[in-house]
Amino acid sequence: MNRRESLKTLGIGAVATGLLVEVGCKPGTQKATDDKSTATGKEGPADPSRLPNEVARDKKLAAEKFFNDQEIATITVLVDIIIPKDEKSGSASDAKVPEFIEFIVNDMPEHQTPLRGGLRWLDLQCLNRYNATFKEATSAQQIEMVTMIAYPKKAKPEMAQGVAFFSRLRDLTATGFFTSEMGVKDIGYVGNSPTKWIGVPADVLKAHGFDTVWG
Amino acid sequence: MSDLQIKKSSTVYDAVIVGSGAGGGMAGYVLAHAGLKVLMLEAGPFFDPQKNSSQLKFPWESPRRGASTYTRNFGDFDAAFGGWQLEGEPYTTKNGTDFQWFRSRMLGGRTNHWGRISLRMGPHDFKPTDGLTEAWPITYDDVKPFYDKIDRMIGVFGTVEGLENEPDGIFLPPPAPRLNEIYIKKGAIKAGVTTISGRGSVLTEALPDNKDRGACFFCGQCGRSCKIYGDFSSSSCLVIPALKTGNLTLITNAMVREVLTDNEGLATGVSYINKDDMQEYQVKGKIVILGASAGESARLLLNSKSTKHPGGLANSSGVVGKYLHDSTGSGAGGWLPQLMDRKRYNEDGVGSVHIYSPWWLGKKKLDFPRGYHIEYGGGLHMPGYGFMDGIEGMNGRVPGRDGKMKDAGGFGAGLKDDYRRFYGVGFGMAGRGTAIAREDNYCEIDPEVVDKYGIPVLRFHYKWASEEIQQAKHMQDTFQEIMHNMGAIANPPEGPETNYGLQAPGVIIHEVGTVRMGDDPKKSALNKYCQAHDCNNLFVVDAAPFVQQGDKNATWTILALSMRTSEYILAQRKKLNV
Repeated sequence: MNRRESLKTLGIGAVATGLLVEVGCKPGTQKATDDKSTATGKEGPADPSRLPNEVARDKKLAAEKFFNDQEIATITVLVDIIIPKDEKSGSASDAKVPEFIEFIVNDMPEHQTPLRGGLRWLDLQCLNRYNATFKEATSAQQIEMVTMIAYPKKAKPEMAQGVAFFSRLRDLTATGFFTSEMGVKDIGYVGNSPTKWIGVPADVLKAHGFDTVWG
Repeated sequence: MSDLQIKKSSTVYDAVIVGSGAGGGMAGYVLAHAGLKVLMLEAGPFFDPQKNSSQLKFPWESPRRGASTYTRNFGDFDAAFGGWQLEGEPYTTKNGTDFQWFRSRMLGGRTNHWGRISLRMGPHDFKPTDGLTEAWPITYDDVKPFYDKIDRMIGVFGTVEGLENEPDGIFLPPPAPRLNEIYIKKGAIKAGVTTISGRGSVLTEALPDNKDRGACFFCGQCGRSCKIYGDFSSSSCLVIPALKTGNLTLITNAMVREVLTDNEGLATGVSYINKDDMQEYQVKGKIVILGASAGESARLLLNSKSTKHPGGLANSSGVVGKYLHDSTGSGAGGWLPQLMDRKRYNEDGVGSVHIYSPWWLGKKKLDFPRGYHIEYGGGLHMPGYGFMDGIEGMNGRVPGRDGKMKDAGGFGAGLKDDYRRFYGVGFGMAGRGTAIAREDNYCEIDPEVVDKYGIPVLRFHYKWASEEIQQAKHMQDTFQEIMHNMGAIANPPEGPETNYGLQAPGVIIHEVGTVRMGDDPKKSALNKYCQAHDCNNLFVVDAAPFVQQGDKNATWTILALSMRTSEYILAQRKKLNV
């Protein structure tokens, strides 16, 4: 099969006909995920790349809520401070980063205590300084507070716990944003689509001082 | 529910194969195409990449954005059904040693997600002269014809280099390096480290005369398995084609318990548990072929005790389980300030390595035998979980757009811009080296622990010695020199506190050697055709027969040896010997 035929196959792969013959398995055996599975509880066929126990686990995780309303509201303010809307793309909350963080702390419980405790640490700092929680503080106060914990090398030693919290949240925000459809477009990732790789484009090679695609 | 019984089939197959990975798949392919009636047992479900791959999904299609889980150790889109731990199927370790065992339970086994790095072992790998590692009973010339056939049949890209211990194959065109990899190549060559095109089983061009497999369309996602069969998996390239012959019967979800033998000590078949109905079955074969993986094949033999084989089948020598060895592995990474603000284009490439460094110091006397190769990577990859984690370690190291240094970390529009500026600057490198096959690195049956099927489990005992640690140190020193030459900002090197980043045994998933071949039945379990000395209708076709691994990844040699053994079986059948 040449590349053109490959792509044709790929295009029609979803309807399970085409050049690649379906091979049945013996009675009494189980395929990865049966098309008729209702494990997702949704309309339409199940994802054949997932095992039934994975589908069930993801459904359970998606229904779990770790953060209370106050916490998720605070997270929403914070992630939009970390990645705000600009001329190129929307904000972290536009890309549903708080929803991603809610899912990921259920999937990876090791994030739970650092985030919950970090939020409480932040609120106490703000109550002592501004007589308001972080969410209730003014924008200027929020930025002042974040500035104290956003720069690890410059932060005061007594801010160390806040720095650790903020670095973790910054990482999760970057993942949540740049793996969203909006963020992938923003960062300029243009792969995941069929192509013929022939090497680094000529203008890029030239800009880096390389003569050929082999360097 | 109380009537547990053993269901015995009266059909006698020409051959019963346990396992459907590279070794079992190849044996099934050769024997079924030769007209033998073959039964293959696989412990996991049916898997067809065309249907079951998550190829071309975007990160947002995973709620965890491609992060790994307990059931997907290499990320949410990875093909492997299995992992370092399987529910209800434990393994144990002994005397505080460590061994990590990755098991895929699926048609095609671990070949569905592997890195497709397809290296031949060289003449010195089969007949080493370092004084520390043992020779095989066969030479490179014995295996070369099979490597050649596999290259033609399955396809491998690469370049002809004429290097002494890196035999050239019959190559498809190699993929050109990505931008980061050109920098790596320049830096490595400056350090005196030979760096050439990768060698991978990916169809960079259509395979002549093969209508079932598509040419690669460069998504870089071989780890998810390929819907158009553009790379090598045993499922897509061996077992599914073998099923089409009508001569191969496949039973999936069949966990084999033991090999059955008769009063003469010859193999008669196997017993297994069907995971779907949890019933016990026995099937018969004139020949039994084990391709269950180095660990599982050893486990099966050790669990197959009889009056003729009191120490386990094929184990009168006592070597079964011993000489277990995995490749060494140590890695490094960094980033290239020269690549900031780089132009975007599709740089996915292939899901194998574009460039690598074969061992470049030949037989030079060092404090470890032979050597290692280095695998490299870097480019404009698809964002996933962990995307640019730790930006505070990068954005304070170089000037901002205004030419002034910034404080590391931050937030807001400036940080958002930094993510864009730093995208695609990273790279990594990983050494994979020769570990010495030692009698006291072994797996054995744990006397007290069984899995949920009641099958006694493996207990591992594995310790690295000074040679492997010294090799990892050499890797780290080399990585630092390469990264310095590249003009890269290197992550801190691994030092003695981590054994120079040397991964725990098993982590590289190149474990081999547990049912070694040899000419002397007192010191080996198999002859040079992977036929048991003690039981001439029993063969092992996975990585268990390896005497001593080179630095080369094992798969291409497993395929070659399995094909060689399968052709030997056909020849012996003609002579009525088996």
